[in-house]
Amino acid sequence: MRMSKIVRTGACILYPLIIIFGLYVVVHGHLTPGGGFQGGAVIATAAALVLVAFSHREVAGMVRKAVFSAQESLGLLLFIGAGILGLLAGAPFFANILANSGLLFGLTVPPGPNPGELNTAGVIPLMNIAVGVEVWGGLAIILMYLFSATGGEGT
Amino acid sequence: MKKVLVAAIFLVWAAGLCILPLLLSFGNPAATDMDTYFLRNGQAAAAANNIVTSVVFDFRGFDTLGESVVLFTAVTGVALMFRARKEGEEHEDE
Amino acid sequence: MVFFNLPYVAVVVLTLIGLATIVLKRNLIKIFLGITILESAVNLFLVSLGYREGGIAPIYTNAPEGLMVLPTPQALTLTSIVIGVATTALLLSFAIIIWKKYGSIEIGFLRRLKE
Repeated sequence: MRMSKIVRTGACILYPLIIIFGLYVVVHGHLTPGGGFQGGAVIATAAALVLVAFSHREVAGMVRKAVFSAQESLGLLLFIGAGILGLLAGAPFFANILANSGLLFGLTVPPGPNPGELNTAGVIPLMNIAVGVEVWGGLAIILMYLFSATGGEGT
Repeated sequence: MKKVLVAAIFLVWAAGLCILPLLLSFGNPAATDMDTYFLRNGQAAAAANNIVTSVVFDFRGFDTLGESVVLFTAVTGVALMFRARKEGEEHEDE
Repeated sequence: MVFFNLPYVAVVVLTLIGLATIVLKRNLIKIFLGITILESAVNLFLVSLGYREGGIAPIYTNAPEGLMVLPTPQALTLTSIVIGVATTALLLSFAIIIWKKYGSIEIGFLRRLKE
C-alpha cells in the first residue's frame, strides 16, 4: 500500500528540518539540554519518518545500508580517538586536555550563570558530535533492517 | 488455585514495594557530596555549562565508552540476524 | 505522607504493571512492552532520587538563581535509556526471527526446546 500524496510530500518537507534540529541539539550539547545521544535519536526519527512515508524498497534504492554502517563505525572510532587525544598529550585516557587551553573549543567559561559560548568545553563537543554520528547511523540501520525484515511490500 | 497463588505473590510484591514511598522522602536526597562537588567545580574543570554533559563525557567518560560499545554491539547483532544471505547458504529461517 | 512521595508511588505502580505484564501475558510483543514499562519505572526512580526541593536543571546557561538538582542520577539515567533502546531493538529482532520460524509469537507454541 502506498502512502497518500499528502504524507509523502509532508515527509519530504519535514525531514530536513528534523535533521537540522537534531544537529542543533548535538552541537549545542554542552550549553543546552541535549547532547550526542538525544540529538542522534532525533535525527534517527527523520529516517523513521522517511521509511514510514515511502516503502523500504524505495529508500533502499536511495541510500545503501553500508553507508549507515560505515557512519556508525566512524562515530565510534571518532569517540575513541577523542579519548586517545588525552594519551597523545601525556595525560590519562579521556582527559579533557582541550578545555581552557585556548585552542579548538578552548575558551574559559566565567563561573556562575552566563549566556553561554559555543567555543568552550574542550573535547566534550567533539565527543558529542562523534556519539551523535554513531547513534544516527546505528538507529537508522536498525530501523532499515527491521523494515526490510517485516515484508517490505506492505509498508 | 494457581490464580490465587499468583495473586498472593503479587500482593507480597506490592507490599514489599510500598516500603519504598514510606521510607524515602521525595525532594530531599541523603548523600549529595559528589554531586555538590560536580556542581561547584564541574564548570571550571570541564569548561562546560551543562553539568550533565560534563559528567557523562568527562568525569564518567569510560561509562559512556561502554554505553557506545553496547549500542554498537546491539546494531551488529541486528545486522547479523537480518543480513542478506548468499545463494545456497544454509540457514535456519523459514 | 505517601501523597508527598507521589513519584515513588508511580514507580511502584509502574513496576507492578511491568512485572504483571511479563509474568501473565503470553504474547512476546506484550512481554517486551512489559520490559519497557519496567525500564521506565527504573528510569523514573533514578531521576526522582536526584530531585531536590525547588531545584533547577543543572545547566548554567542563563540559569536563574536557586539550588540545582543532582546531575549524576540524570547522567546514569541517560546511560540506562540508551541501553534500553539497544535491548529493545535486539528483542524485536528476536521476535521477528521467531515469527518467521514458527509462524507465531505466542510463547505456548515455542516448545521445541523442551523435546
